[in-house]
Amino acid sequence: MKKRPRTTESHAFLVAVSAVILGLIGGAVLMASIGSNPFLGFYYLFRGGLMNIERIGNTLATATTLMLVGLSVAFAFKTGLFNIGASGQMLIGGLCATLVAHKVFLPRPLFLVVLIGSALIGGALWGVIPGFLKARFNVHEVVATIMMNWIAYWSIYYFVPAYLKGPSLETESASIAVSQSLRSPWLTKLFNGSYINYGFFIAIVAVVLIRFVLDKTTLGFGLKAVGSNRFCAEYAGIKVNRNVIISMMIAGSLAGLAGLSFYTGYSRNMQIGVLPAQGFDGIAVALLGASNPLGVFFSSLFFGILQSGKGFMNAMTSVPPEIADSIIAVIIYFTATSVLFQRLWDRLFKYRRSRRSGEKEE
Amino acid sequence: MWSTLSSIFPYAIAYTIPLLITALGGLYCERSGVTNLGLEGLMLVGYFACAITIRLLEPSLAQYPNGILALGLVAGVIAGGLFSLLHAFASINLKADQVISGTAINMLAGAITVYLARLISGSGNVRIRMGIIRKNIPLLAKIPIIGPLFFSQTYWTTWLVLIIWALSWLLLYKTSFGLRLRACGEHPSAVESAGVNVHRMRYFGVIVSGALAGLGGSVILITYSGEFHGTVAGLGFLSIAALIFGQWKPLGILGATFFFGSATTIANVSQVIPSLSVVPPVFFKVFPYVATLIALVLFSKKSAAPKASGQPF
Repeated sequence: MKKRPRTTESHAFLVAVSAVILGLIGGAVLMASIGSNPFLGFYYLFRGGLMNIERIGNTLATATTLMLVGLSVAFAFKTGLFNIGASGQMLIGGLCATLVAHKVFLPRPLFLVVLIGSALIGGALWGVIPGFLKARFNVHEVVATIMMNWIAYWSIYYFVPAYLKGPSLETESASIAVSQSLRSPWLTKLFNGSYINYGFFIAIVAVVLIRFVLDKTTLGFGLKAVGSNRFCAEYAGIKVNRNVIISMMIAGSLAGLAGLSFYTGYSRNMQIGVLPAQGFDGIAVALLGASNPLGVFFSSLFFGILQSGKGFMNAMTSVPPEIADSIIAVIIYFTATSVLFQRLWDRLFKYRRSRRSGEKEE
Repeated sequence: MWSTLSSIFPYAIAYTIPLLITALGGLYCERSGVTNLGLEGLMLVGYFACAITIRLLEPSLAQYPNGILALGLVAGVIAGGLFSLLHAFASINLKADQVISGTAINMLAGAITVYLARLISGSGNVRIRMGIIRKNIPLLAKIPIIGPLFFSQTYWTTWLVLIIWALSWLLLYKTSFGLRLRACGEHPSAVESAGVNVHRMRYFGVIVSGALAGLGGSVILITYSGEFHGTVAGLGFLSIAALIFGQWKPLGILGATFFFGSATTIANVSQVIPSLSVVPPVFFKVFPYVATLIALVLFSKKSAAPKASGQPF
C-alpha cells in the first residue's frame, strides 16, 4: 500500500515529460513547415529567456503570473473543481489593485498590504460566486466561471476608459507610478532594469503556503477528500458545500494575486478588450505540474521561459512569436490525453518487470 | 421608435446568425454526449480558413464574387470539421477530460491561426476586399411591418443558416437517426445494447459541431467583419451560453441567440440613439452572461442538459 503514491507520482512526471517533448516536437514541426530551422528557433527561444540577467528577470516576472494562476487552477483541481475562470479573477483582482494604486496614498509597507489585500478580495469575490452557485444550486463551475470571465471582460471594457483613462490612449488605463506599483528600485537595479517585482516573492510564499495548507492542515484534508470522493467525504461528516465554496474562494484569490502581479507589477496598466491569456496558460501549468504546488513552480518557470523568449526569437528568426503559445497548447492537449502515455509507459514497465521476474524464476 | 427599430433590426439579425449556427453545432455535440468548450477555437479556425481562401482566390476569380464567398464558406466548414477531429479523438477514443481538451482546442486555434496569418501579413490580420451584398427579397420585402424587418437588406447566408437550422430540427427530432443521436447523450449504454455504435454517433456530433462553428466563423467574416484579426471575441462562448439559455433545444437556441444578438447590437448602438443612451452599454454587454447564470439557477432543479454529456463512454 505504501508504495502506491510513489508510482503515481513517477507516472505524473513521465506524463509531463512526454507531453513537453511532444509539445516541443509540435513546435519544431511548425517551425520547419514555414522553412525555418527548428534548432536555431529553439536556440533563440531559450536564449531570449535566459541570455542575461535582465532577461532572466523578465522570465521570472512572466513566470510569477503563471505560477499564481497555476496554483489557483491546481488548488481548485484538488477539490475536484475546474477553475477555467482565472482570467476573469485576474482581471477583477487587477482592477481592484489598479484602483488602489491610483487612488490610495499611504506609507509604503502599509500601502503594499492594502494593495495585496485589494487584489485578494477582488479575486476571491469573483471566485466565490461560482463556488456558491455550485454548492447551493449545483450549477456547473466550468460554465459559471466562463460566464464570470466575460462579465469581468465587459465590465472592465467600460470601467477603465470611464474612470482610469490614460492621457494618450482610450484603450488602456493610465500608467501606475513606480512608487505605487509592485516594482521596487533595488530589484529593478539588481536585474538590470527588468520587469521583475515583489510579485515573485508573493508567488513563492503562495507556493509554500498552499503546499502547507494542502498537506498539513485539516482544511486541506477536507478539500482533498471532497475532491477524491465527495460522497465518501459527506459520509465522513465533511461539509462538502462549505469546502466547495472555500476552495473556489481561495482559487479566486490566488488568481487575483496573479492579476496583481501582472497589472501592477509587470505591465503597470490595464488594457481593455483583452481576456488575459495567462488565465488559460495557467491551466497548462497546473496540468503539467500535476496539480502539485512544487510541480506548478517548475512548470511555470518553463512556460515563463517560452513566453518571455519568444520576442527575441521573433527578432532573430522569421518564426512568429505565436510559436510559444502553440507549444503550450500542444502540451495541454497531450496532458489531457495523458491516457495515451500512461498506457505506453505501463506497457513498457510491465514488459520489463515481467522479463525481470522471468529471469529470477530461471 | 419605429425608425430606430427598423434601422437596428438588420444588425441584430447579422449578429444573431453566427451565434445561432455555432450554438446549433454545440447542440449536436452535447446531444451526442460530448461537451464542446472548443467552439470559440473552432469558429476561429473557420474564420481563418475562409479569410485565407477568399484572399487567395480574389485576384483570379474577381468576376464571380458570390462563387468565391461560397468557396470561402466551404473552406471554413471543412477546416472547422477537420480541427474538431482533435477534440473527437481525445474525448471519444482516449476518454480524456472534455473540458481540458476543449480548452486545448481554443488555445491551439488561437495560436496556430495567428501564427499562419503572420506569414501572409506581418500584423497577422488578413483583410478581404469583398463581402456579401445585401438584397431585398422580392415580393416579401413589400409586406408592411414584417417586410422591412425581416426581408429587406438581408444576407443570403442568413437564409442558408435558417435552412440548416430547420433541417437540423427535422433531423434531430423527426428521424430515428436523430433519436439515436440524442439517446447517446442521455443513456449511451442503452443505445449500445440496441446495436448502435455510440462512438460513431459521437464522432458525427463532434464533427458537425466543428463544421457548423467553422461556418459561423466564416459568416462573421463575409457579413460584418471583412477582416481576420486573430479572435472572435468570445462569440463561441456566447454561443455556449445561448445553448444553455435555450435549454439544449433548437427553438430555444433560436430565441436565445436572437435575444443575445439583439442585446449586443443595442450595446453597440446605444451611444448614438438618444432613447437608448440612458442605459449604460455595459448593461447590455453583460446581460447575456448574467441571464445565463440566472437561467442555470432557475432550472437547476430540473436541468434539461443531456444527462451523459461530458461522460466518456
